[in-house]
Amino acid sequence: MKKELVALKINGRSCELAIEPNSLLLDVLRKDLDLTGSKRGCDDSSCGACTVLLDGVSMLSCTLLAASCEGQEITTIEGVSEHGSLAAIQKAYGDWGGAQCGYCTPGFIMTVKALLAENPDPSEADVRTALSSNLCRCTGYNQMYEAIRSAIRAERSAMAAAKECLLPRAAGFSDPVSRGVRNDKT
Amino acid sequence: MDNGFSIIGKPTAMVDAAYKTTGSGKYTDDLSLPGMLVGKILHSPYPHAHIKSIDTTRAEKLEGVVAVVIGKDAPNPYGILPVGHDEHALALDKVRYVGDHVACVVAVDDATADKALELIDVEYEVLPAYFDPEESMKAETHLIHDNKTHNIEKDYHHVFGDPEKGFAEADHVAEARFIANEVTHAAMEPHSTLASFELDPHTGKMGRLTVWSSTQVPYYLQHKLSLVLEMPMSQIRVIKPLVGGGFGGKSEVIPLEIIAAVAARKANAPVKITYTREEVFWAHRGRPRTIIDLKTGVRNDGRITSVKARVVQDGGAYCSYGVVTILYSGALLGALYDIPNIQYDGYRVLTNKPACGAMRGHGTVNVRFAFETQLDELAAEIDMDPAEIRQRNLLTPPCVTVNGLRVQSYGLPECIARTVERSGWKQRKGKLAKGRGLGIACSHYVSGAANSIIRSDMPHSTVNIKIDRDGGVVVYTGASEIGQGSDTMTAQIAAEALGCSLARVRVIAADTDLTPIDIGSYSSRVTFMAGNATLRAAEEVKKRIAAAAAKKMNCAADDLLFRDDVVSKRGSAPHAMKNNPGEEEETTQAGATVSGRVEGQILRGSLQQKRKDEGPKDWMTFEEAVVAAIDFHGALSGTGSYAPPQEARGGKHKGAGVGPSPAYSYAAQVAEVSVDEETGEVTVHKVWAAHDCGRALNPVSVEGQIIGSVWMGMGQALTEEMVWKDGMLMNPGLLEYRSPSSVESPEVEPIIVESIDPEGPFGAKECSEGSLAATIPAIANAIYDAVGVRLHECPFTPERVLAALRAKKNAKPLNLTEGIDPTAPVRFREHGGSLWFRGKGPQRHALDPSRREGPEPAGGAD
Repeated sequence: MKKELVALKINGRSCELAIEPNSLLLDVLRKDLDLTGSKRGCDDSSCGACTVLLDGVSMLSCTLLAASCEGQEITTIEGVSEHGSLAAIQKAYGDWGGAQCGYCTPGFIMTVKALLAENPDPSEADVRTALSSNLCRCTGYNQMYEAIRSAIRAERSAMAAAKECLLPRAAGFSDPVSRGVRNDKT
Repeated sequence: MDNGFSIIGKPTAMVDAAYKTTGSGKYTDDLSLPGMLVGKILHSPYPHAHIKSIDTTRAEKLEGVVAVVIGKDAPNPYGILPVGHDEHALALDKVRYVGDHVACVVAVDDATADKALELIDVEYEVLPAYFDPEESMKAETHLIHDNKTHNIEKDYHHVFGDPEKGFAEADHVAEARFIANEVTHAAMEPHSTLASFELDPHTGKMGRLTVWSSTQVPYYLQHKLSLVLEMPMSQIRVIKPLVGGGFGGKSEVIPLEIIAAVAARKANAPVKITYTREEVFWAHRGRPRTIIDLKTGVRNDGRITSVKARVVQDGGAYCSYGVVTILYSGALLGALYDIPNIQYDGYRVLTNKPACGAMRGHGTVNVRFAFETQLDELAAEIDMDPAEIRQRNLLTPPCVTVNGLRVQSYGLPECIARTVERSGWKQRKGKLAKGRGLGIACSHYVSGAANSIIRSDMPHSTVNIKIDRDGGVVVYTGASEIGQGSDTMTAQIAAEALGCSLARVRVIAADTDLTPIDIGSYSSRVTFMAGNATLRAAEEVKKRIAAAAAKKMNCAADDLLFRDDVVSKRGSAPHAMKNNPGEEEETTQAGATVSGRVEGQILRGSLQQKRKDEGPKDWMTFEEAVVAAIDFHGALSGTGSYAPPQEARGGKHKGAGVGPSPAYSYAAQVAEVSVDEETGEVTVHKVWAAHDCGRALNPVSVEGQIIGSVWMGMGQALTEEMVWKDGMLMNPGLLEYRSPSSVESPEVEPIIVESIDPEGPFGAKECSEGSLAATIPAIANAIYDAVGVRLHECPFTPERVLAALRAKKNAKPLNLTEGIDPTAPVRFREHGGSLWFRGKGPQRHALDPSRREGPEPAGGAD
């Protein structure tokens, strides 16, 4: 098939690409741009490992034509880290065992990002419903819930700290999800 | 929580967590090489057929096709077990299951390769096929493998003690048939392999081969590649990138791993092959459908007197791990409870379906489901609390079981006690609302097989450690990280043993050129075996550092304490420089140390440093000690290896090699379920899961493994099942296979029990598999508690639960399958009347048992 030129905006950067009109976004990300964080786990849009954000909405990149994403803001897992450090949700997934083999993790993190953007204080049922778009075979999901709760807490205290930063005495902010502070469940 | 360690036992994020959460980590399919081609595989459409001819000319002529590989290109047989070399990379003269590998197209892109697959002309002569193991065992002609009479891969008949006498002594005997249907790993990462040859500078010809593959066993892959390609192992490098889950599905050599290498050789270019999800289902190697005829006798006091099991496994078309699976099924009847008499008859049967292999809880899960369910029935019969009957049959370790398994650490009593306590068993059992119930079950598993697949006295794991003047500790281990936390465990053990911080340790793993041999990540062996090897290597290096440091500090090496990046004399105040020992990993990254150097800059030796020194000190930093040791010894490295002790390697009977382990993990679980009596739907609300892992090296990982096992067990108990029709898999997708999503998944409360094994590294045993087997019977027993029906076939789908409920009420069975293809197997028909089961299926030979007239079509008489 003859290639056509498309302009995509991915993780805040614009790029022009010559792609076949029937190319899927996932293939363009993985093969043309080497953004291999989005994974292919199934043939039929059932696993969610390829989840990306399109203008903030979580979508399966394996069922999107890349050419149809022109003019939209595409965010992949590679665009989640903030200012050179792990985003709260990424740190929390590591600390709480939300990722084991890690193959489904990028998809889950994108799903959680979309969820929290829409609903910053989700109930357990909200979280379960949101996560049901993605499959994981390692974790049984339990530790993900803890990671998400912890990330929400971290975001909140980071916001509070950021506000305090406006005042001069705010030095010494410590990360609440660092290892030592992990509470044992009872 | 202070256990006397600075790293062991502390919740630790995995050392590779950031690769996974940022998407920067590379799995095999994420890799590419310049000039790389893709391979696509042509699979057999028939369950059993001779290949009369393959014509690839049309495909080869297609623009963009570089090569077409067929069986003749690599005719040597291989197989994971030395007794089971019955596979070929691509079929030579016969295909044995729908999905068997026939040819591989190498092309410039996926679309071209797909097009070329349709241009390969294969002429088949269809043969009668066997789909049900009990039918298959009667086969006289058209055998699946010519040398396996009656299609029996292997059968074992073991008698320990005097089973008949045991039954005579019993007050109650239960006997029943249990069926556990076939399940598969469905790891999230589809199998993928990238193979590339380099040109040899001396001969100018194709030389060394490098293979990147999603494997749990890089060294076995290296060995099998060497067999098939007729290359020395030293010319083959296998690298395991990140692996997206294995669960046993990547613990043997999968055809695409060999095909990729053969294709790269034929195409003279790097070739990558990645299975589609459907192909992953066909590749399978999962847990076989198992028919268990089980008989158990107990006395009125609850003591088990005798157990007799006849197990038939539907092994699929190739041996795979089959011989080991059927042996585990029998061997692991022992070592959980004290059973004085055991009779075991196991049959591993070949059928025309994808080969079954090793899956989490290898061999033990289905038999454990039967045993724990039957024990529950017997408890009800003698009117004893189900938790109590289990406590009445405990082993008294250290001991050797009647079938020759050595048990040392034994946390089962505490597992039972703690699940009973946490779940409120005593207060709540039998008192829940109608339709809601509690069930208990126990299980166990090996911490690595005491005998390796290729039997030898060589170590099962070897680990090298290098410490150089950068002060970094590099651990080289062949152990394969597949998501279970192998690399993290290695780093933790090395850091704890050397008394340095985790940040100092770097793990280089699973690269056959760089790392010493380790037989792989299977049978839950890594923590115990590779962990012990790491500990020994670290102890060796530490001894060398201690010798040099002791000299400097004017004391005996034994008087030195290594901890938190400080080497100090015992009794001195070693951690004065640290404000907060035990929680200070940050310090090492933070910067300058007392000597004024920035940490990590050991360029000058101790001669220069001595100028600053003022006589012997009470302590020195880890780096100073390393400098002293390099000065003293000239180089600093160490090696450790592990082979299981002779006493742990089992008895002398035929098949005694499988089952023995240096240590066993133990688990007890209580499940709380509710059953909708209208629909038959079972909901698991919560599982309390206690697991004796010896010592929890990293509690986050241990809990994750326990929860994951319970969850996977729940999948097998309730929804997961491979549905076959005449050798065709009806549900080769993650949705149809019904892997549970977050909405269907219960809360799991992991309870860590630490029995501190005398031989485990820091007392650790396995934690990744043992819990799975308890979940299925715990749910079955809870269903009985809830609605009073005993289910003997898993998964407990709404259809099966409803059928059991109606049978209990003597109601007419519901015919959910009216109008469905009457030739479909019975167990398939009960799957309901959806139209997609009605397809004609593959063309069948006139002699095919499934075309026989009569009410009981082959493959379905269960």
